[in-house]
Amino acid sequence: MGVEFIYPEFEVVRNSSRCIACRVCERQCSNGVHTYDPDGGVMLSDESKCVNCQRCVSLCPTRALKIVKSDCVPRENANWQADTIKEIYKQANSGGVLLSSMGNPKPLPVYWDRILINASQVTNPSIDPLREPMETRVFLGKKPRKIERGEDGRLRNNLTPQLELSMPVMFSAMSYGSISYNAHKSLAEAATELGIYYNTGEGGLHEDFYVYGPNTIVQVASGRFGVHADYLGAGAAIEIKMGQGAKPGIGGHLPGTKIVGDVSRTRMIPEGSDAISPAPHHDIYSIEDLRQLVYSLKEATQYKKPVIVKVAAVHNIAAIASGIARSGADIIAIDGFRGGTGAAPTRIRDNVGIPIELALAACDTRLREEGIRNDVSLVVGGSIRSASDVVKAIALGADACYIATAALLALGCHLCRTCHTGLCNWGIATQRPELVKRLNPEIGKTRLVNLMTAWRHEIKELLGGMGINSIETLRGNRLMLRGVNMTEKELEILGISHAGE
Amino acid sequence: MKTYVIIGGGVAAVGCVEGIRSVDKGARIVLIAGEGRLPYCRPLISYYLEGKTDFEKMKYRPEDFYTENSVEVVYDTAVSVDPASRTVALGGGGTVKYDAVCLATGSRPFVPPIPGLENVTRKFGFMTEEDAIALDGAIYPGCRVLIVGAGLIGLKCAEGLCGRAGSITVCDLAPRVLSSILDGTASSLMQACLEEHGVRFMLGDTAESFLPGVARMKSGVDVAFDVLVLAVGVRANVSLAKDAGCEVGRGIAVDTHMRTTVAGIYAAGDCVEAEDASGGGRRVMAIMPNAVIGGRCAGVNMAGGDGTFDSAVPMNAIGFFGLHALTAGTYEGELYEEKGERTLRRFYVKDGYLSGFMLIGAVDRAGIYTSLIRNRIPLDTVDFEALRKAPSMRGFSSEYRREHMEGWK
Amino acid sequence: MKRVTVHEEWCLGCHLCEYNCAYANSGIPDMVKALKGKRIFPRIKVEDGGTPGSVTFAVSCRHCPDPICVKSCISGALSKRGGAVTVDRSKCVGCYTCILVCPFGAISTDGDGAVLKCELCLSNGAGTPACAAGCPNGALTVEDIDIPEG
Repeated sequence: MGVEFIYPEFEVVRNSSRCIACRVCERQCSNGVHTYDPDGGVMLSDESKCVNCQRCVSLCPTRALKIVKSDCVPRENANWQADTIKEIYKQANSGGVLLSSMGNPKPLPVYWDRILINASQVTNPSIDPLREPMETRVFLGKKPRKIERGEDGRLRNNLTPQLELSMPVMFSAMSYGSISYNAHKSLAEAATELGIYYNTGEGGLHEDFYVYGPNTIVQVASGRFGVHADYLGAGAAIEIKMGQGAKPGIGGHLPGTKIVGDVSRTRMIPEGSDAISPAPHHDIYSIEDLRQLVYSLKEATQYKKPVIVKVAAVHNIAAIASGIARSGADIIAIDGFRGGTGAAPTRIRDNVGIPIELALAACDTRLREEGIRNDVSLVVGGSIRSASDVVKAIALGADACYIATAALLALGCHLCRTCHTGLCNWGIATQRPELVKRLNPEIGKTRLVNLMTAWRHEIKELLGGMGINSIETLRGNRLMLRGVNMTEKELEILGISHAGE
Repeated sequence: MKTYVIIGGGVAAVGCVEGIRSVDKGARIVLIAGEGRLPYCRPLISYYLEGKTDFEKMKYRPEDFYTENSVEVVYDTAVSVDPASRTVALGGGGTVKYDAVCLATGSRPFVPPIPGLENVTRKFGFMTEEDAIALDGAIYPGCRVLIVGAGLIGLKCAEGLCGRAGSITVCDLAPRVLSSILDGTASSLMQACLEEHGVRFMLGDTAESFLPGVARMKSGVDVAFDVLVLAVGVRANVSLAKDAGCEVGRGIAVDTHMRTTVAGIYAAGDCVEAEDASGGGRRVMAIMPNAVIGGRCAGVNMAGGDGTFDSAVPMNAIGFFGLHALTAGTYEGELYEEKGERTLRRFYVKDGYLSGFMLIGAVDRAGIYTSLIRNRIPLDTVDFEALRKAPSMRGFSSEYRREHMEGWK
Repeated sequence: MKRVTVHEEWCLGCHLCEYNCAYANSGIPDMVKALKGKRIFPRIKVEDGGTPGSVTFAVSCRHCPDPICVKSCISGALSKRGGAVTVDRSKCVGCYTCILVCPFGAISTDGDGAVLKCELCLSNGAGTPACAAGCPNGALTVEDIDIPEG
């Protein structure tokens, strides 16, 4: 077999002068890093099992613990970095595809950080959101091209179904199965309280969560797990998932070990069977096929619910968006390459797809050019990290943003990127009852509501600074943005000027 | 205004005051305390001997309790109760009229008729503060103490005197110590603990006669002593009740409302006999919690409220030098035993209920077992196998926990 | 009146409440100094089955409306004032009658004779019950509830 040893990535640093051997770390580590040695009355650690999820660090009552990145690394050079070398070792050991979780960790450009927002000075007044009304509400869905009047001269309601959001952020798709019951419940309750939406992902809708239907987007993905008439009827909108930013072009695989109990029932597949979502929808090979599914779903729900089509941001995204807009979809959701996932092949996660900023700008531009921008709303996701990212996205042309990683962070996720092990110490990406209970949805909901409330305040502040009092006025207003550290080409695609111009 | 009279100055009387006041804030309450002291808890006197407490701390309620509750404390004895005229005659002369009276007369030591006893000068009982003060004064380093009676009182007295006397000998006609609450194995554990601290036992043997400074035992052995403590047993004080026409057995007969058989007369505390909820029949359960709870129940009913006390069970908490024995209920039925080194846990199960237990050494959370007896919880609704090993609330259903532990919600 | 409510379904069995309790009642301002190398005697105790997924919850004094421990206390050390059952350790003689009667097993000892029990952190300077304040998952919460005294 040869020498398989790979030095642990992290070191557990325990300050023995502070450790009181309360064993909280031991009880809270599902990876079995910490053990108590009754002979010495001290805690021991096996760092080879540590994933640096920081659960022990967070709960240690005397702050006796820290987890640090090990400085024991193979001899690196600019080309052969430690991670690259370790991946080679791992594959030489296992012969398998490398798996990882959450979003692309590579140092590829984050365009949000190269875009700066305008503010009013002297010639136009800024607005103080604490003193003046500020509208953050948005409506998603196809907008009529013109006002229509009846024979009596009165306005005719020609508005197709819309989603009303109190602020331009929604919780994006994470399936029940990939995340826990309590995580779902937290998202559902928070969305309800906030007046926004969460998304079931492709795992179906647990019967307990039908009550949150008015704030739920139900997803139909290639595996069609848990899809039935009641499910479609339960949500406020239906999302067809064509692709996901973290792993464009491939399907999903939820291992049979996670298909237990309610997950199995909700997905309508036998316990223990792997839930394999095919890479494509086997009935969609063209925009025409997509149109058929869009209208099938509309037909099934009496044209009462908007239909969203979600795609990963890939090279031809603008043309794809144009096709989707013509398929009858009401909303296009685009997921950038930094979007998270519960499990993805590392190579795909790290190398496939394009940045959401560029995809968004390209799609908005293309739809405008084709005169069909008002036929659809644009929702973007794939690492929206803050209120300023939201504001920049809106100014680039989005109607709203999808967040997931940020929401999970609010729930306790520490981005250890080992969701695929099912041992999430924070009770999020796991189905083990003893771990699931670690996330009290009452606390989870409150934290999500706090996060969104904070963002909403910040959005208002940023809007006010620009002298804008409504999110609708900002949409596509790229004049409010300037770029730094970018090439002419990047600025051109984004449709913004360089700072100083 | 109604007048409620309480005869007796023990903890049952305090319970009775609290019971009356929970219903009637304005009535007149007369408390007749025969010892000339405010109520205190008698079992504390052994701790007084040890120096763990003092008379001030021993007061069961602070002095202002009686003023706050407008209790007329009369330091006198009651000589008779006349149910016809509803009056109590006092030893110091005079009478008190009552609307309801509570007999909380407690018990007195039983003094066996042993020849020569009258000639023993340093002889003491061990029930009251007076007894404790007298004994305390009689003890000197090197003195030889003979305690007749290896029950709760005798042994607590022995513990209290340990280290203060030259020798302590305890004799009892019973073949083992604490024979009223423990069986052989359990007794020997407690005995061994006392012996380790220098207490000598003569069991199955007792003083048959006294000569000056010497007790002649039944076995023929002579035991020299300087101080004699008589702790043979107690008798309920029932004569007032008997004379008033109440039904009396070993104690004053009461129902679950603490009513005697004579209208207007209630009784509570060590002087009553009541139905044992653990299935032991009618008996005197002369223990402190029953006195307080019974007294309170009597008080509530005297004042026109509706109180019931039907969960009286015999129980005892006793410990010597850190080794504790906690017991409750009746030792009948199937026996389950868990034994360890210096620990013993015995459980008696009858008709699907826990009827009694004795715990030696390992006594943590014993109240969980007591609640199984007191609340008549069917054992098939709990995980008794787990509970026997270690008392826990896990052994109960989550519904039970919700109902009882969060019952105030 | 303040009450510590137990929410079984959210108890993780982490035992932090026990340490926070012992610390709050230690009178020592630093947790490490208060607890390091010492056996702790918390007034709240976590029951767990020792296996993953088994029910866990913490048990502390329920401050019963009609507390049998107070009635059973031979020395008057246990009393109920302002809704909380408290123990005057200078009066307690360690007879353990309260341990014999508490139906929840919520009274314990520190091996020093006198008994210990939850006093809702009313007099130890913690301000609010430390067990609930430090509970990471909302399994212990402090609620203000009007309870009729029996």
